[in-house]
This record gives sequence, C-alpha cells and structure tokens, in this order.
Amino acid sequence: MARLHVMERSKAQQIMDDLHDAVGKRLSVSSLEPCPVEFSASFVRMCMTQSCGKCTPCRVGLPALYELMEKVLDGTADPYTLDLIERTAETIYLSSDCSIGYEAGEMALKAVRGFRDDFEHHMKHHACGFDQSDSIPCVSGCPAHVDIPGYISLVEAGQNVEAVRLIRKDNPLPLVCGYVCEHPCEMHCRRGMVDDPMNIRGLKRYAVDNMESDYQPHMAEPTGKRVAVVGGGPAGLSAAYYLTVMGHKVTIFEARKRLGGMLRYGIPSYRLPRERLQAEIDWIVNLGVEVRCDTKVEDLAELREKYDSVYLAIGAHLDRKLGLEGEDAAGVLSAVDMLRSIGDNEAPDFSGERVCVVGGGNVAMDVARSAVRCGAEKVTIVYRRRVIDMTAQDEEIAGAEAEGCEILSLNAPLRIVAKGGIVSGLAVQPQIIGEFRGGRPFPRPADVPERVIPCDRVVVAIGQAIDSSAFEGQGVPCSRGRIVARADGSVEGFEGVYAGGDCQSGPATVIRAVNAGKVAAANIDHYLGFDHKIDKHNVEMPPVKFKGKISCARCEMTSREASGRTGDWNLVENGLSREEALQEASRCLRCDHFGHGAFRGGRIMQW
Amino acid sequence: MVRVTIDGATVEVEKDTTILEAAKLAGVNIPTLCYLKDLNEIGSCRVCLVEVEGIDQLVAACNNCVLDGMVVRTNSPKVRRARKANVELLLSRHEASCTSCVRSGNCSLQTVANDLGIYYQDYDQHLNYLAWDKSLPLIRDNRKCINCLRCIQVCDKVQASSIWDTNNRSTHLNVGVAGGRKLDEVDCTYCGQCVTHCPTGALRERDDTERVFEALADPDVVTIVQIAPSVRTAWGDQFGIEPDGDALGKLVSALRPMGFDYIVNTDFSADLTIMEEGTELLGHMEEESKKDAAARLPMFTSCCPGWVRFAKAHFPQLVDHVSTSKSPQQMFGALVKSYYAQMLGVDPHKVFSVSIMPCIAKKSEAALDSMRDACGDPDVDAVLTVREVTRMVREEHVNVQRLEPSDFDEPLGEGTGAGIIFGATGGVMEAALRTAHYLVSGSAPAGDAFSGVRGLAGRKEATFDLNGTPVRVAVVSGLANARQLCEDVLAGRATFDFVEVMACPGGCVGGGGQPIREGRESAGEKGGVLYRLDGAAKLRNSYENPSIVRCYEEFLGSPLSPLSERLLHTDHHAWSMPGEKDPCLV
Repeated sequence: MARLHVMERSKAQQIMDDLHDAVGKRLSVSSLEPCPVEFSASFVRMCMTQSCGKCTPCRVGLPALYELMEKVLDGTADPYTLDLIERTAETIYLSSDCSIGYEAGEMALKAVRGFRDDFEHHMKHHACGFDQSDSIPCVSGCPAHVDIPGYISLVEAGQNVEAVRLIRKDNPLPLVCGYVCEHPCEMHCRRGMVDDPMNIRGLKRYAVDNMESDYQPHMAEPTGKRVAVVGGGPAGLSAAYYLTVMGHKVTIFEARKRLGGMLRYGIPSYRLPRERLQAEIDWIVNLGVEVRCDTKVEDLAELREKYDSVYLAIGAHLDRKLGLEGEDAAGVLSAVDMLRSIGDNEAPDFSGERVCVVGGGNVAMDVARSAVRCGAEKVTIVYRRRVIDMTAQDEEIAGAEAEGCEILSLNAPLRIVAKGGIVSGLAVQPQIIGEFRGGRPFPRPADVPERVIPCDRVVVAIGQAIDSSAFEGQGVPCSRGRIVARADGSVEGFEGVYAGGDCQSGPATVIRAVNAGKVAAANIDHYLGFDHKIDKHNVEMPPVKFKGKISCARCEMTSREASGRTGDWNLVENGLSREEALQEASRCLRCDHFGHGAFRGGRIMQW
Repeated sequence: MVRVTIDGATVEVEKDTTILEAAKLAGVNIPTLCYLKDLNEIGSCRVCLVEVEGIDQLVAACNNCVLDGMVVRTNSPKVRRARKANVELLLSRHEASCTSCVRSGNCSLQTVANDLGIYYQDYDQHLNYLAWDKSLPLIRDNRKCINCLRCIQVCDKVQASSIWDTNNRSTHLNVGVAGGRKLDEVDCTYCGQCVTHCPTGALRERDDTERVFEALADPDVVTIVQIAPSVRTAWGDQFGIEPDGDALGKLVSALRPMGFDYIVNTDFSADLTIMEEGTELLGHMEEESKKDAAARLPMFTSCCPGWVRFAKAHFPQLVDHVSTSKSPQQMFGALVKSYYAQMLGVDPHKVFSVSIMPCIAKKSEAALDSMRDACGDPDVDAVLTVREVTRMVREEHVNVQRLEPSDFDEPLGEGTGAGIIFGATGGVMEAALRTAHYLVSGSAPAGDAFSGVRGLAGRKEATFDLNGTPVRVAVVSGLANARQLCEDVLAGRATFDFVEVMACPGGCVGGGGQPIREGRESAGEKGGVLYRLDGAAKLRNSYENPSIVRCYEEFLGSPLSPLSERLLHTDHHAWSMPGEKDPCLV
C-alpha cells in the first residue's frame, strides 16, 4: 500500500468544477432586479451547501434561517418572523467557528436589515414590492434603454441602417457609443450563462460603420417653441436631437471652439476618430439645430427670458488638483488641459520627455496613451492602489500597457520635486493595501522609505470638477459643485430650466449623459405643453428563430499592433468583420422574445 | 411562402406563421394550455412543445415561426415525455378537486391531462392558499391557478384595466390582484373576461344559485325571473340545443318546473330602455348643439355596468355624459316591484326578483344601494349568469332533450327585434336610432337602415341622417377600445353625438357570464343569431311594442316623466369606485 497518493482530478471533481463555474457565470450575469427576499433566501441556501456540519449555528441555524425566509415568500410568516430572522442571522454571525458560517450570517444580516421594507411588503401584501423591470437584461442594464435585441436582430438580417434607426429611438449617438461606450449592457447579457456575453458594442459599431444608406428622421410639425441647450456634449446633443425632431427650435450654446464636449475634449481620436465624431454631430445639427460656439453662458435669467425652456448640460470640465507641494512647477499639467489642447488639434510636444501620469481611471489611461503619441520617451502611470482596483476599463489598461506605458501601482504621490521651478521628479510613498471601506480597499503607507521617480512632466488625472459657480451665484441649487435637479431633470426654483449629464451626476459615462438628454427632452416637451412620442418609426423586426443551445464563443475586437500605432492618432481598434458580426449577432438569445420578455411584449415601442 | 414538414406531411404556409398554426393547416393538432391566440403567445406552460430537426431542445409551437425547410415532429417520444412531465408538474401545484369544480368537464387542464394519459402523480402536491372575499361577484382560488397568465393579458390588452399582475417572482411567482391588493380595492369592472379566458376553475363568478333555490322553495315568496336577450344564444350549448329559434322558449319551459312564478323577457325592458334613452339622446343633442362645436361631447350608453364602472374609474369627466337610463335589467327590476306587482296584486316586498344575465358585472350593479327604487328593497334580488342557470337546470335534472318551447308571461314577455339585438355590439345603437328616427320623423325607419354599425370590429363609426340632422355615432366593444375612444373624444381627435360601449368584445354575446369555450371566441356567431331573429321579428322597433305602449299609458305616462325618472333612471354619482374614493389606491 502506498503511503501517499498523487492527487488526480476525478470525473466527479470535474463536474463539481463545472458546476462551480456555472454558478459563477450565473452570478456574473447579475439579474438587475431579483426579489430581494428570494435572493436572500437563495443565498442562505447556497451557503448551506458549503457547511461542513460540525457546528450548531451553521448546521442548524442556516436551514432554520432559510425556512423562515421561505415562510415570508410563501405568505405564511407571522409578525414575529422578521425579528426571528434577524436574531437568527445575528446568532450565526456572532457564534460561528469559521468563515463559512460567520460570512453567511453577516451577509444574511445585511440583507435582512437592508431589505427590511421588502420583507415587510411580502408579509403584508403576499406580493413582492420590488420593481420588476429586468425582463430584458441588456435593455435594463443600458441607462438609455436602447432596444438591443431589436438592433442585433436587424444586424443579423443585414439591415444595418434599420438597426441604427432603432438605436436612435433611444440614443442619437450610435456612432460614439459604438466606439467608446462602456457597455454596461454586456454585464447583464444572459448569453454569459451559456458561454460569453454578447459583444454588443462591437455590433453597434458594425451597424454604424456599415450602414447601407443614410436617412432623415421623421420630424414633427414645428411648434414655434425655442429651447436653449447650454453645453454641446453628449447630454446637450441628445436633448437637442430629440427636441428638434419633436418640432422645437433648439439653440446650443457651447463655450469651446467646437461641439462634442468630452467626446472631443476628453476622448482622444485614436479611440474616437474626429471626422467620424464630427459626422455624427453634423447629422444632428443639420436637422435644424442652431449652434453658437465660443459662447459661454453666464446669465441664466437672461437666457431663460429669451427661450421657452433651458437645458443646462455644461459637463465637468474643471480639473482637480492634487494639493501637493510643487504642483505649481512648470511641467505640471492637468489631464483636462492636455486633452483639451489635443481636442483643438494643438497636441503638446513631449518629445524625449519622461512623463508621470497620476491616476487610475479611464482619463489617466487616455492621458498616458496620448503622452506616448506626443512623443514621450517614457510614460509611468502612478497609482496608489493595486491595478485591480483601477476604475479604468480593462481594455484601456491593457491598451496603455501594450503601448509601453508602465504602471507603478501602490505608490501614492507625496510632492512634486522641482529644480528651478521646473519638474524634475515625483516623490512617492510606497503603499500597502488594507481594509475595504465602502466597497474599495484602502491603501496605507508601507513600512519602506519614500522614493523619487525622476521625470520631466507630471499630468494629474484624478478626476474632474464642475464649473457651476456662476450659476450657483444666480441661485441654482448646487451640491459640491453639482447642479441639483429633480428626477425629471427640472431645477427647483427655476421654472422651465432643466439640468443633466456630468454637471448634474458628476463625471460619468457617455451613455448616462445620452439618457439624461433623452429624459430632459421628454420632460421639456411635456413642460412646453406637448406629448410628442419618439417611436421606432416603421422599423420592422425580423422574425425570431429559436436555435436551441449552440456553443459559440464571443468575437472580440482586435487592435492595430502596438508598435505601429503609437506614432499616430489614428483609430486603434479594428471593428468586427462581416463574418464576425453575423456570427456574433446570431449568438443573441433574444430575451425580448424568449423568457419573460415574451410576456409583456419584449420592447418599449415609444417614449 | 415557406415549406415545412410536420409529422411527415409537407405544407406550404405564409412566412411568419407559427408552428402551431402551420400544424393546424397540415391537419395536425398540437395540444395547448396557456396559449390564447394573439393575446398570450408566450410559451409558458410548455405543453405545445414540438421537436424540430437539428435542435436538441424542444421548441414551443405557439411562439416560434416556421422556417423554410423546417422538419417538425409533434408527437415523438421525446415530446410526449416532456409534455407529460410539464403537465404533471403543473398538477402538483393545482388543486385537482375535479369532482366539485365548476369547470369540471370544461377545464383545459383536465382535458390536456386526460389526453396526455396522466393517471398518477410522481410529484408531491404543494398548494398555495390565498384568502379571498367570497362576497365579491368574482371569485379567485389561487390553489387552482396554473399561472398561465392569460387573465393578465386579457385584462391588460383587451380590457385596458390591468387588475391582475404577477405578484412575487421566480419560483414564488403567482397571479393575483396587482400589488397584492384586494379586488375591491382596485377598479375592477367585473366584466368577467378573465373568467371566460381562464383555463381552469381558478376564476369564476360568485354562485348565487342557492339563494335562488331558497326563494323558489319559500311558499311566501313570489319569484319573478327575467331573461336577457343574449341568453337564448348560449344557455343550451352544453345540452346540444341549437341557439336559433326555440332555444329561448325551451329555457322558459326549463325554468317553470323549478318553481319560478312568473317568467318575463328582458327584451321588453330593452325596448323600454330605448324609449327612455332615445328620448334622452334627442334632448342631449339639442343641448350640445348650443355649444361650440369643439366643446360638444357625445352621450354614452349606460346599459353595460362594466362600462359604467370603467367610465367612473378612468374617465370621471365623462360620467355626466353617460345616459342616466338604467340598464334593462334594472329597469325591469324597478317595474317588477311596482307596475308588475300592482298588476299581479302582490306585495312587492314578497317578490324575489331574479335575472339571468350573460354578465358578472350585473351582480355588482344589482347590489348597489341606488338600485332600490321601486319599494326600498333591491329591485333585483339575485343575478344568475348563464353558467349558473345551466348548472341549475342540471341540478334540477330537467329532461332537456324533451323540452318543448313555451311562452313568457304577458304582458312583460313581449319584446321587439330592437330588444333582441341589445345582446350584440352595435345593437343598442341600432335599436336607439330606429326609435329616434320615428321620434323625429314620425315614420318607421327602413328595416335595416342602421345596420352599418353591425359586425365584430372593436370600433365602428358611422354618420346617419335623422330627418335632415346628421348623427355621428360610434360603437365600441372591449374596454381597450373604449379607452382609446374616450381619449380621442377628450383630446378632440374625434367627435360624436352618440356612443355605444359594451365592455365585452362583441357585446353581451361575448359576455363574462356566458358559457366558456376553450379556444373559441363565439361572439360573432352568437351575434349573428340575434340579428337573424331581429330580421325575422314581426315588430322590429321598440316604440311598436304594444306592451311598452300599454306600460306608458297605464303607468309611466311618458319617457322621462317624473315616474320614469324615479324608476328608470339613476344617478351615476350615487356610488363610488374604489379609485374615486381614494385615488391613492389605484
């Protein structure tokens, strides 16, 4: 008899691994709005499977907790059940021997306390009070609720222009989003349960890049109403588009030289080609939008007097300072300033320079990659947390690294070292990662001495602020720089004035700004006394085919090779080929037709 | 066109045809359960599963279209096993108390289970009981609900009322009143379309047969029953009695041995409704003609209690434009306990007034406090749906096959063709126009002068000439159509003088109290029966009804006389819908 055995993966273990993998996939396709009680009960049930059974709270307490939650769901709970649930969860947390028990108890306790209203609603009404609107996961996940299964089916049918028309029902910037959207829709894609989520952004870009023809949207009769849109970024452009097709006369006031906002002055052209951006803007403007560039609006009351309604969408274009010694040295600049110059085709020359970029978000990556294109000899991204904690998208981080940017994580800037008023280095304190606070881990100084990274330039990319002080001075409600608007976008105390986009939400994504503009357009239209509906306008959906389960991995976009792209500002990402796009489109599970989507019609026909 | 092979037979069908429809064309039956054509094609029950060559999983035939070259097998072993298992699963959550269920013998679940050969159960049964107020006209038993979601769809799409919804999610999903509220807290119209579209006994009317049997057995009580126009077309369905011709007389004969003392005809009070409402319409048009053209609003009919409930709940601004005339049921009730009681020499307090109606909403109408105008007691004591009356016929073991038709009790047994067509959409309009024509011109209209408002379309519009005055009319059935019309009228998109609304599609022949036929909307054929009877009637105009003439001469005086106003008209503001009392509830 052998004393020891080599560990081999048994068939059973293989199946167990597959099941674990499937659980992970299911959970990563997070349903947006499951019943909180159902989810809590299922969480406890899942924890039960991991219990070894040795200790009382875990072995007996978890099933007891599960049964109590089931009672709430079955409508058989009594008024004491909820307190008993809380006591039981607390007991499991306080008295378990190992993490299987106390983690389960703690999370259950968090659920019971956080969802107390939902538990009570179930007990009182025998019904779930939670809003149930996630029947089509990608559509629910998209802030603008674009009809994703609809346009994917049109791409599959080879009707790209129809696909674009359908997208524009909810998002008038399909090109921009096809290139740079953060695609929160994909996070919820149910195809992820089967193999990989759909490449939704890739298909959108394919549709826009391969439109068979152009078209003019349906325009409502002129209403004679005039709306001023302050700010020509994605929120302002979206509002302007919908208000224009509703028949209102829109004037956009833009402080900069050209329209686009952060699309032009934040996103470099290697991600969003300028001429394509301009074409999309022109398409909207040519519908009859009046544009006044280089016009900064200072006096809100005066503007309001001249127009029937005003939409404030000024974005977040102020830079944030590090607040460190030496920040005023020559060679220190903000990401906002640098990207603005690039947006106006006045890219700085960093030839031969060593550049430190401070920050870990998408803007930091944009700045770093732009610095490479400005001729920098070396680009170092300095970040105080770990790479995994960066808020930048993975593909942006990978893109920066591929282009030669170095990431110096776990190093917090201490001060800027300057010689004769000129930057010569960035002093940093190495960090050690620590406890989670509010969902993010906090670093603290490691027990090692500070060091200086020699450099010629420091670009600060730690976020943007909102230039709202002028409006605040005129009485517009603001909170920490953000303009405060109600859920319908209206600004309290200023009848007919609406606000949205980054200036209201704080720096966010393009698609959030698009939705803000859409919401504002609907509510401004209503305010002006109209009820114009934006609908899919004659776009007919191709018939749905049930294909059964067919395994097929996701087609990813590829990039131009790094060595060939760092010398120019041209587009980095290659779009999907026709073959790839059609295969990718065919993977869509059509949640608008199958599953719960069939029940309520599968799509929002108009808004 | 696409070619598809179903169980070996190749057929050519239009593209976008569902597998289910294509199979029907190929002569192949696929069982269904949750399916309701055009309303609920959601593939939830998984009974209509079929095997499609090249796909491992089974495909729902109801919501998947055929593709060119598709090869389908509808009854392979794989299909049979899956169907059977799914129905067994449904049965494990269904109280199969078939021996004591109103739908026994007429239950889609029972039929499907029997057809699939399910005679034992592998799964343990778990039933979810939810309390229900049994005094409401509409009863729901959650334990019999199989969550097919049909009621939700009918209520949403056909009736625009959204009373039902799914409460809870995932494995705890169950149908109920939206938001888990009680039925009398929401603006249910009691149209009963959810009941006639329920595949099981989960939804039904409140059974009032025992109350009627008790009254029949009481020697001190005089029982008088009225029969609504559309009842004749449907009551004999399950006994194999043809709806044409003698069906009504046979029902009279079936009711007599049960002990009803007097049997009268709602066609009579339909004629009476026309006299009152027709006169009211002429007054209304004169009043409206004084207003700006843009401010003019139509008069709406009031004979459908489902519509009155809907109007009060959703269009309070139009309620004053709903005719004050009571429905024929309530007019009759008020006369039964006044005029008729006097004529018979009986104490109205000893009269038990029953109506046989195609309707559940009539049960709630009869119970209103404002419907006690004759002697202080309810004018109508009990309302029986057609389904209840057929149950009573069975319970009495009436030998239906040997029934010979017999006559109503006169004089209130007499009706005209105008009264008969009250049971079909457009009928009230046509009947009213015939009499209005007479009232303004003094001459009888041509036989089918106003037949332009017949037919099953959900909304019909026409303009008729009434002695030189154009009358713009609209007829809608189905409350979603009513909602659209009201919105159009209020927004100024449409202008009418007179609008007929029936809550149920096709009118009372499609009523929520009619016999239930799975997969068949028979309002069209039943309405056709009524129009044929009208066409053959000796008298086709309400004003010609000698009993009506006599009733006005002997008792009421004239239409809209003070006595007519007291007995035959009502104040729609005398009671409230839940949403009127507390808008927060709905």
